[in-house]
Amino acid sequence: MIPLVSESQRLREQYRKEAGLEDVWAALEQIKDPEIPVISIWDLGILQEVEQQGERIKVVITPTYSGCPAMHEITRDIRQVLEQAGYAQVEVVSRLSPAWTTDWMTSEGRKRLIEYGIAAPVGCAADGSETPIACPLCGSEEVTKISEFGSTACKALFQCKECQEPFDYFKCI
Amino acid sequence: MNQNVNKQALFNYVLALGDDAITMGHRLSEWCRNAPFLEEDLAIGNVALDFIGRAQMFYQYAAELDDQGRSEDDLAFLRDCRDFRNLLIYELPKGDFAFTMVRQMIVDLFNMEFLEQLTKSSDERLSAIAGKCIKESRYHLRRSHDWVLRLGDGTEESHERAQRALVDIWGYTPELFMVDESEQQLVQAGIAVDRAALMSVWDNRVGQILTEAKLQKPEDSWKVEGGRRGVHTEHLGHMLSELQFLQRAYPGLQW
Ligand SMILES: [Zn+2]
Repeated sequence: MIPLVSESQRLREQYRKEAGLEDVWAALEQIKDPEIPVISIWDLGILQEVEQQGERIKVVITPTYSGCPAMHEITRDIRQVLEQAGYAQVEVVSRLSPAWTTDWMTSEGRKRLIEYGIAAPVGCAADGSETPIACPLCGSEEVTKISEFGSTACKALFQCKECQEPFDYFKCI
Repeated sequence: MNQNVNKQALFNYVLALGDDAITMGHRLSEWCRNAPFLEEDLAIGNVALDFIGRAQMFYQYAAELDDQGRSEDDLAFLRDCRDFRNLLIYELPKGDFAFTMVRQMIVDLFNMEFLEQLTKSSDERLSAIAGKCIKESRYHLRRSHDWVLRLGDGTEESHERAQRALVDIWGYTPELFMVDESEQQLVQAGIAVDRAALMSVWDNRVGQILTEAKLQKPEDSWKVEGGRRGVHTEHLGHMLSELQFLQRAYPGLQW
């Protein structure tokens, strides 16, 4: 599989490289999505920017879906993790624009999703391209959609015609 | 334009969009554990959450604009019927599954056009919220469109129910395109969407879907309006008594 990195994701990775504060990034990377506990908020594309302003650390995140209850938990986790790392003053800014897209999901994130049994988003939301969805269990592309919405807003429900297993697909958005 | 008038108009506008979203979200949430089957229960719950999240974004913004210093929760839970500004179509009871899906297709189609225009708003916050919501509405429409086809072109009973729903809802659709004076000011300022201008595209698209679903587009024989003035159907009060129950029973309660 060739990892496809979108232009916006390339910029995001570049920002991180140039931002310094490696200890902060590393601490934040321990935070997983509460609904999919194998993928970090960085790999999911929620974590955008980290900046130090004097004593204060400012963390910019992009919410996934409007009503996603996980965002509250993630904000709380960010404060907690950074306080443990010795940063008493933490500001978490939720930025709406540009809107979150699965194009920001890292290759590592995609790999972990598949290992967890969730088909990773395929294609690129920015240019609308789509490639076939493969069953995360057996790899077959003979799959059929059962429902546009799976167990959470970010997923759709599919079934594999080859191994018959139903599976979640992380929608391209 | 007077800066104050402008701010009040913007507050009203944002609040009304929040009211649209929360009433729609609440009606959809009423299907939770009552949907026809499990997958559908999950789907409808997720769409409800999208709308409730949308309401939260609008209310947060409205709270920042509010002269009276109310919080987003105050706006959602401490206003009575006459203070709600949602369009009437959103507050109608969920009815049967056909009613819910026919309404959903109608409002999803409307929202696709509306949000597309709102992304071009000169107000950056509104444009950002719209940019986020439109991605979700695209999925909502795919599903509601699908369901209208399945129901309209399904069994005799599903067809009949979908057709009946359409007739019951139709008179509430003109209000989607009525713009009042305060909103008109904002349209001229490049902030609000000229909803009246969306009518013809919407009408065309609805017509196509109904034909495809073998449903009959109703005659324009009656219409009601009033939501944006706080004049509602008798259903909103009942809905609010449930939606606002906790704050009414235990004022100031927090999680
Ligand atoms: Zn399989």
